[in-house]
Amino acid sequence: MAFDSLTAFIAMEGHGPYVWACYGVFFLLVAAMMVWSLRRHRAVLQSCRRVHETADDSGRGSAQPTPATFTRVKVSQD
Amino acid sequence: MWQIFHKLGSPKWFFGIATRLMPWLLAGALAFLAVGLVWGLAFAPKDYLQGNSYRIIFIHVPSAFLAQSVYVMMATAGVVTLVWRMKLADVFVKAVAPIGLVLTFLALFTGAVWGKPTWGTWWIWDARLTSMLILLFLYGGVIALDRAINDEKSAARAVAVLVLVGVVNIPIIKYSVEWWNTLHQPATFTLTEKPSMPAEMWVPLLLSVLGLYLLFGWLACLRMQTEILVREQRTRWVKEHVLARRAG
Repeated sequence: MAFDSLTAFIAMEGHGPYVWACYGVFFLLVAAMMVWSLRRHRAVLQSCRRVHETADDSGRGSAQPTPATFTRVKVSQD
Repeated sequence: MWQIFHKLGSPKWFFGIATRLMPWLLAGALAFLAVGLVWGLAFAPKDYLQGNSYRIIFIHVPSAFLAQSVYVMMATAGVVTLVWRMKLADVFVKAVAPIGLVLTFLALFTGAVWGKPTWGTWWIWDARLTSMLILLFLYGGVIALDRAINDEKSAARAVAVLVLVGVVNIPIIKYSVEWWNTLHQPATFTLTEKPSMPAEMWVPLLLSVLGLYLLFGWLACLRMQTEILVREQRTRWVKEHVLARRAG
């Protein structure tokens, strides 16, 4: 151990604020990157699941995906 | 040889490999980082010149090292995209650019905070710091360009070209401390010489570099998997994959 006590470890002979600010920001950003990537992965996985589940329900028996339908909308030209 | 090459380009094949690799990458990353950083923070001796502020090196050097290394990997993937049109290479570039951005920011931030007690200033427009700032903008440019182009193939090619143009910045960063007078100290690690610091300092530093490398590996695998799922949504194997996971 390079320090005599916990207070000395935190103070780092006056360099504490610099050192701890760096480590704090480092851990914050790295953890945020991990959490954000995991959450996005889960969201994408879920949306894929939704796509295939609804495709299964509507296209029962047939392997072909249901074609998209378009509705013509009358728009006033005035 | 070509068969392996084609297999490597298959997103489905990569997806499986990544799933198997990821627990090991994460476990290794956390172990190396924990040992390296605790060792560096609490047990390594203090620097005779810089005092305890030098302990920032244990996150500054890994971030900066990886920030440049990720860019070189992206450039390699850019060549593969342009020459062989391999989809996976483009997936890689897209997945890791934001990681590179964060790492470059961390290198700049920790460098600025370290500079204050050591040099007496947060920032100075010298070669090393400025070229590193350009790297930050390059990462930002890659992300912005990719988002600005809707067509997947055009985006892949445009991004690859930008990454390759920007690669000229990497040797500038690396040799800036030798070519110009700068406040920044020379490289800590070189392949040809023994480290100038005692083992109690460079061993934890090496461990944190390795740890962050492994963590990058884990993040890259995860983010590439996400990107592959988005692109291959409609394929049969993705359908089987997501529906099997729900049942299990």
